[in-house]
Amino acid sequence: MAEARSAGRESLGEERQVKYSDPYVAGVGLGLVLLAAFVITGHGLGASGAFATTAAGTVAAVAPGYASSNAYFARYVGSPDGPWRDWLLFEVIGVFIGGFLSAALAGRLRRDVERGAGVTIRSRLAIAFAGGGVMGLGAVLARGCTSGQALTGGALLSVGSWGFMLTAFAAAYAAAPVIKGSWR
Amino acid sequence: MSDLFVALGIGVAFGFALERAGLGSARKLTGQFFLTDLTVFKVMFSAILTAMLGTFWLGRLGVIDFASLYVPDTHLMPQLAGGAIFGLGFALAGLCPGTSCVSAATGRGDGAAVAAGLFTGVLLTGLSFTALQPFYTSGAGVVWTLPQLLHLSYGAAVFLIVLVALAAFAAAERIELRMRRRRHDPIAESAFPPSAADAGFREATVNPAARRA
Repeated sequence: MAEARSAGRESLGEERQVKYSDPYVAGVGLGLVLLAAFVITGHGLGASGAFATTAAGTVAAVAPGYASSNAYFARYVGSPDGPWRDWLLFEVIGVFIGGFLSAALAGRLRRDVERGAGVTIRSRLAIAFAGGGVMGLGAVLARGCTSGQALTGGALLSVGSWGFMLTAFAAAYAAAPVIKGSWR
Repeated sequence: MSDLFVALGIGVAFGFALERAGLGSARKLTGQFFLTDLTVFKVMFSAILTAMLGTFWLGRLGVIDFASLYVPDTHLMPQLAGGAIFGLGFALAGLCPGTSCVSAATGRGDGAAVAAGLFTGVLLTGLSFTALQPFYTSGAGVVWTLPQLLHLSYGAAVFLIVLVALAAFAAAERIELRMRRRRHDPIAESAFPPSAADAGFREATVNPAARRA
């Protein structure tokens, strides 16, 4: 019942067709934000690092001894300001605020779950969670994600970042035919 | 403390730009992988070009010290493998870490689920880090750039990337146009794409004029 209602709302949303910015204009804007980050701080943007420092902080709250002995978490736990005053964590809190503000100004705030026609809310949330988990593993191994590697390292022409971009998109395209059916 | 305010401010601008581009929507992002909507590519590459040209010219003009910019170290094998794993997760989730935050902030439950999954994935990977560490630290782990790889000057590499990106933008526009035409063709849209064998049948059903002729 609830699902039928929200599916109806979704088709209503499609008719309204929210208008986004031109991708090239938005891209140049995003590039200027990245450039500002380089000029002001000397390093670029990130996102997965905020999840890493949050995970490290959580582990440290439960088992402080273990967290500082774990080679991965120790880096965040042992930083001079600790895991909760991490630069990327504050940047990502800003991403939440900026995304919210932009959507609010454009009238795009809406409680829903984006999914294909034949997909239940529950299974879309499960797939989204699983996808997030897999990305978490990938981002740890790659030392970053689409923000920290693809955008930041990409703009500074790092070979590892361009390699990351290449295999990430290749894998996503390889998986696309399997996933396509769920987005009709 | 003040640098955390800077972090917050840069983050607000970052999130704002992502949402403006429509990248808080998993449906829009996955269009990239089905070749129906190449916004992800266009936004990412115009951002990379802008920041690449900006850092290059500001460095040339002496406004910034280009050498002091932090370039991520390259650990090639873990980054290639991590990229492939990341890409699979990206296709499943329909959102990447940054865009999942935008999606969640605009009220979407799937964005929040991706963010929760990311937290769990990073947590579990961290907990099993001892097993992964030898692979994680493999490779030279030094700054390695495309100009070094291609034996070009930095400026020549920048110029080459601009040319390739412009050609790719033109290709992206043509792909989108073709996919849009195909979508208006009711048979191509069906679950069973037509084979060469039923091309005649398709012509006859879609275009009544052709049947008469």
